[in-house]
Amino acid sequence: MNRGRSTFLTVWLILGYTFLYAPIILMMIYSFNASRLATVWGGFSTRWYGELLHNQMVIDAAVLSLKIAAVSASVATVLGTLGGIALARFGRFRGRLLFSGMITAPLVMPDVITGLSLLLLFVAMEEAIGWPEGRGMVTIMIAHITFCMAYVAVIIQSRLTQIDEALEEAAMDLGSRPFRVMLDITLPLLAPAMISGWLLAFTLSLDDLVIATFTSGPGATTLPMVIFSKVKLGITPDINALATVIIIVVTVVVVTGTVILNRISYRRLVESQRALAET
Amino acid sequence: MATDTCREDRGRWRQGIATHLLQALGDAWRTLVVGVPYVWLLLFFLVPFLIILKISFAVSIIARPPYTPLWDWGPDGTLTISLNVINYAFLLEDPLYILGYLNSLKIAAISTVLCLLVGYPIAYGIARSPHGTRNLLLLLVILPFWTSFLLRIYAWMGILNKQGVLNNMLIALGVVDQPITFMNTDFAVYVGIVYSYLPFMILPIYVNLERMDISLVEAAMDLGSRPSRVFIDVTLPLSVPGIVAGSLLVFIPATGEYVIPALLGSPSNPMIGRVLFDEFYTNRDWPLASAVAVMLLIVLVVPILLFQRYQLRQGEDGR
Repeated sequence: MNRGRSTFLTVWLILGYTFLYAPIILMMIYSFNASRLATVWGGFSTRWYGELLHNQMVIDAAVLSLKIAAVSASVATVLGTLGGIALARFGRFRGRLLFSGMITAPLVMPDVITGLSLLLLFVAMEEAIGWPEGRGMVTIMIAHITFCMAYVAVIIQSRLTQIDEALEEAAMDLGSRPFRVMLDITLPLLAPAMISGWLLAFTLSLDDLVIATFTSGPGATTLPMVIFSKVKLGITPDINALATVIIIVVTVVVVTGTVILNRISYRRLVESQRALAET
Repeated sequence: MATDTCREDRGRWRQGIATHLLQALGDAWRTLVVGVPYVWLLLFFLVPFLIILKISFAVSIIARPPYTPLWDWGPDGTLTISLNVINYAFLLEDPLYILGYLNSLKIAAISTVLCLLVGYPIAYGIARSPHGTRNLLLLLVILPFWTSFLLRIYAWMGILNKQGVLNNMLIALGVVDQPITFMNTDFAVYVGIVYSYLPFMILPIYVNLERMDISLVEAAMDLGSRPSRVFIDVTLPLSVPGIVAGSLLVFIPATGEYVIPALLGSPSNPMIGRVLFDEFYTNRDWPLASAVAVMLLIVLVVPILLFQRYQLRQGEDGR
């Protein structure tokens, strides 16, 4: 694909990226607006950032969301990695069709269905075994793990199809047991994919509103739930400030993460190529 | 010669035993690798659906839980199973639900086409960029996807508002002299869905175009085809798998979308996700909400199966 872009494509790219970024940039600009009205520019001010710092409800919700996201992303990465390995390396096993169906379905499943079905499960479990009592952080985590592991599994599976199976087979031929092969060969090769899977699961969990609303109890309010209830009332300028903070933090993390991961996976690629060339 | 074969045989034998042992270990290991996520998914993905299905056949009552049991053991040990199809009958009778489903399908379909029209040239443009800029352009497509979905919808509320940026701009340019109502219309919902789901359309198409065998395009060029013909006859047909994947990734979740219509859409013209939400939280009718969910799933079964077939084929192609 190196024949170069036509003028049409260049113009379209510029328009496309403007469409993607203009709303975000506008929101950031208005976060420094002194006026309460969203559209009237009342001069530069950091007032909304100050108000944000003193909003205990927002801070509590943010802390809860971060906790849920950290735990959910970690468990989802473990389960999703196992699932991805099974799908990419185990060929045909009993129940594979059901397994691959269950693991990819959450990618497209509408949130309202996932949320409702999990809530009904938790209610039924509480009736039957007395757990979980009420709902809260743990039930949101279980729900988030379930839909995040699908994303991790897909990332891991596609990375495994790019990794040369010869490396694992060579280790097997040299007498390594499957467990050792996974520990010494497969997992290190998968590390960059696992990190990007974790990051994706983390942000998906932080972002989720619908499933968290269904699976949370009265005591657990996540950040998206707070934002949604504020936003429904209309434009509130402190949300602009909150959005700006979130977007800047996420951008810094994602860009640094991507640069580091690219470097790691490039180095690994070079190393494994060299190893293969020497054999 | 004879001793050689003998030794070879013995060696093979020994190797056979070792392989068997290793195989048994490997099998246990494999069971664990598949088993753990499998059990999790059975428990937290499949069982919840069976429960939704079960409750959709119950009747709403004021109790805890607020629905009738599906089966009951009588005092003499008889089992009575009461399957109520009343919820489903109700869904078919009341036009609110049918209109909700149709409205959702319409909005999802139009949004998918709009995403494709906007996204295909972007994916194509990225694939045709030099290697260095390609990664940067891709990162720029993915970046908004990492930042909060809810906040990006909120950003559009500031733009589409009656006194919002868009109306201010249109008035300043003299295009209109009265502010136009964008908020709480289908138009706003289309903008919201296209904006949020665009990366889901661009990425599969890009991956597909990038993997495409460039020699086919070059061959067509060498044979004298004009670029537009090459695009229509070679590139476009070859990128159909990417288009299908992207369209499904947009269409299926958009059909059940709740947040975007709740914030940008009109209350009088609800999508089915909103209907389900209201049935559950406002009317507290759990069985009816379950029936709405089951019907939504039935409507989406064909697209979801298509998506899964695509995923499977992708996995096999890679090998």
